[in-house]
Amino acid sequence: MNLLSGPPAVVAAGVDVFSDALRVQGADVHDVDWRPPAFGDPADLAALALDPRRAAANRVAVERVLAAGSVLVDVRPAREVLGLQERTLLHSGPPLTWEAASGPMRGALVGACLFEGWADDVEEAEILLSTGAIALDPCHHHAAVGPMAGVTSPSMWMWCVEDPGTGRRAYCNLNEGLGKVLRMGAFNPEVQTRLRWMRDVLGPVLSQAVRGSIDAGDDPLDVKAVLAQMLQMGDEGHNRNRAGSLMALRELSPAIVALQESSGWSSADLAAVLRFIGGNEHFFLNLGMPTAKLAMDAARDVPGSTMVTVMSRNGTEFGIRTAGTGDRWFTGPAQTPVGLYLGNFGPDDANPDIGDSAIMETYGIGGFAMAAAPAIVRFVGGTVPDALATTERMYQLTLAENPAMAIPIMGFRGSPTGIDVLKVARTGWLPQINTGMAGRIAGTGQVGAGLVQPPRECFEQALAALAEEIRAA
Amino acid sequence: MSLPPAPGGHPLVSVQLRSGVYADSVRLMQVSRRIAALDGVTDVLVAMATPLNLELAAGMGLAPDGGASPEQLLIAVRADDAETLAAAVAAVDAALAERERSTGAATAIPQRTVGAGLAELSPEVPALAIVSVPGSYAAVEAADAIAAGRSVLVFSDGVPVEQEVALKRAASAAGVLVMGPDCGTAIVSGVALGFANVVRPGPVGLVAASGTGAQQISCLLDMAGVGVSHVLGVGGRDLSEAVGGLATLDALAALDADPSTERVLLVSKPPSPSVEVTVRAAADDLSVPVRSAALSPETPDLTAAVEALLRDMGLDVPVWPSRPGPAEAAVPGAALKGLFSGGTLADEAMLLASPALGGIRSNIPLRPELGLGTDLSASGHVVVDFGDDALTRGRAHPMIDPTLRLEAIAKLAASGEPAVLLLDVVLGHGADPDPAGSLAPAITAARETAGNLPVVVSLVGTEGDPQGWSRQADALAAAGAAVFASNAAATRYALDLLGAPA
Repeated sequence: MNLLSGPPAVVAAGVDVFSDALRVQGADVHDVDWRPPAFGDPADLAALALDPRRAAANRVAVERVLAAGSVLVDVRPAREVLGLQERTLLHSGPPLTWEAASGPMRGALVGACLFEGWADDVEEAEILLSTGAIALDPCHHHAAVGPMAGVTSPSMWMWCVEDPGTGRRAYCNLNEGLGKVLRMGAFNPEVQTRLRWMRDVLGPVLSQAVRGSIDAGDDPLDVKAVLAQMLQMGDEGHNRNRAGSLMALRELSPAIVALQESSGWSSADLAAVLRFIGGNEHFFLNLGMPTAKLAMDAARDVPGSTMVTVMSRNGTEFGIRTAGTGDRWFTGPAQTPVGLYLGNFGPDDANPDIGDSAIMETYGIGGFAMAAAPAIVRFVGGTVPDALATTERMYQLTLAENPAMAIPIMGFRGSPTGIDVLKVARTGWLPQINTGMAGRIAGTGQVGAGLVQPPRECFEQALAALAEEIRAA
Repeated sequence: MSLPPAPGGHPLVSVQLRSGVYADSVRLMQVSRRIAALDGVTDVLVAMATPLNLELAAGMGLAPDGGASPEQLLIAVRADDAETLAAAVAAVDAALAERERSTGAATAIPQRTVGAGLAELSPEVPALAIVSVPGSYAAVEAADAIAAGRSVLVFSDGVPVEQEVALKRAASAAGVLVMGPDCGTAIVSGVALGFANVVRPGPVGLVAASGTGAQQISCLLDMAGVGVSHVLGVGGRDLSEAVGGLATLDALAALDADPSTERVLLVSKPPSPSVEVTVRAAADDLSVPVRSAALSPETPDLTAAVEALLRDMGLDVPVWPSRPGPAEAAVPGAALKGLFSGGTLADEAMLLASPALGGIRSNIPLRPELGLGTDLSASGHVVVDFGDDALTRGRAHPMIDPTLRLEAIAKLAASGEPAVLLLDVVLGHGADPDPAGSLAPAITAARETAGNLPVVVSLVGTEGDPQGWSRQADALAAAGAAVFASNAAATRYALDLLGAPA
């Protein structure tokens, strides 16, 4: 026991009279800014804190998350890699019905029906969707993620990333760019034209480029390494993906250009692909997200672990999952982000929080690595010190620091990784998420970007369920 | 392009394209928002002239004439009148020219949990945690310390016993110590935690299930010139059947391994018999000699335990300091009224006095049938522990806040019942900075009211304490009290005054 090895420094939580008495003695005293937990039955909190499995379980969960790698191994249509039945659409967030779906989610679902040719017009699509002729399922139920509405249909091409250590894979569709896009709930002819071009040109070109270079013996693109570099270049990997998108363009370009000779693509098509990638500063987001998904999926089903493995929103509800409770969703009403609006859009135009992209924060970057991307904090009129403070706070919510995701301004400290349900309750701080904002009305598209937090209810339910699991164990 | 007619007037529009000006989209959105908030401005778009933004501008009826390139900055404003419009455009320029003011320093983020607080310390620094949050949350904070490989003192009471057991098992496995719950006293390598006295360093280690008991013993040792290495509190329930002495066993082992500890004294109320056997067996296996100072009807005297220890060490037993107070005649037939702040001191007084006086009513009675009602009053011999949990709910401990006891003294004096008043006063860190300051006037007033009320005080403390033993003793003696450093001596003196010597 090191207790008796010398005059101890003291960390004190509670009444100050003891700290005062210690200071009088000249002792080294550190007061904790303790306050009653923001939620949770005291007996549940104690059950979690005293669960003898917890420390080891969380260590296992953290180790798996940190060990997961991500390399780009393929680009394939969703129907092939996700085993998507015809007439099934995937969406972001926890499970959802058409009735409960928000405007942008409905817009994206309608748009996908039109894109797949299942309906000829909006009305027909709405009938299919409202009568259950189209099955809806969360992306997360298929090792997949999708930004904003996350609507993924069988003909869409998917990035396929793989953890080299385990061979596990995760998937995400291709990013359409900004403005009027399907993921923001727009479905007009311009959106349809772009989706068809992505299906007929972008997807096949990327697929052939990725597979071609791997077949030629090149190392697959190390997506996790690009994420790590982005944090050194002013991106946080969620709302700011500029450096990452340019790096992806740099890495993919030679193989894309080579297709003119090997596969007969016209230089016009290939130029259009390169222009599209270069013109979309969020192009990399759809590679970063499955990378984070791959890592968080590694921590699924670790009994006794209080780590959050999924945070996700479907535009109506926010849902989380934890390592200790497997595939159960804990949901609450999605909040409306606070931020800046495009043009003359305003808060009344914004839909509540939507998208699987909060997987980035679940993985410890995005809003958690705010300090790496000071530009993002200005979305809410904040300052650079605010960015640092946000990341500092997130360290108190998390179980680990990810050495692979170093934040330069924090002295290259690893990003705060692995949200602990117990710590969320005890600190009263909720995870900070950076996000885009979709228009409330179907078809509007993007109206802004900003910051949002999960509803407390998700964590409240997760805490109660984890405590119940302890009693059952 | 036709503009929708504005009600009540003709809005004016300014659409400009600037070259050679770049600002990122976040900054431009902020500028747009600021200008839009100006009175009389109806629409604003300040943005780089990308195709997406040109489309937005067109949607707002603010598209520039002719070609625009993405490198150009679009400044488009619609306002109610020309003056507002000109001011708004000027405000855009001003906003773009402005530099962001920031202190550059991160706001310090306070640590909200014991775990976060401990994480700030280097692992090489010896450290422990003190938890005094409400009892229902104490185990959560204490568990942080154990997880961080640190010992913890839990001052909080009201911690469920099964949580205490779980904490102590985890601590044992982690090689750290849980002092408490409901532990108010410890001294670790000279650092006094909670209620503890300023005593010299020395070779005696205390393991204490009783806070004021440990204070009495460490103070008497100090007065005998013997110092302590450490005082490790274990909490009042540690020696119960349910907890099984988990912390006592760990504390004994820690002191055994500590090079500065040569002898150990175990201070407690009577342990449960089976736990006593376990602890005794463990103590016998240690290389350091362990003496028990467990209070019981057979061994009712903490001072005697200290004296025995001194003899073990081959040292002389000193005359324990006292102030005799005024010469008072005995008051045979009067009642003993003991008003205590320390539970162990109250216990000791009852154990010493009962053989001479018979049953003593108390809120912490030696036998259940001697219990007091909630008003704490009864005629005859009464000992009240004002530090009992039931009396400290919602108020500070009587060692900090004397109000209840001062009221009880005044009430006793006014009752007219012939009595000898026995009080304890505990000095040291954490305690009232000048207990005599309020107690001495109360004693004077009570003695005046009652006419004949002998007052005996056991004053637990040292000269080194912030309050100073002699200063407090002199002030209390001047008010007419007889003052003793030994609680046992004070009790015996009170019995003498009752004409019922122990």
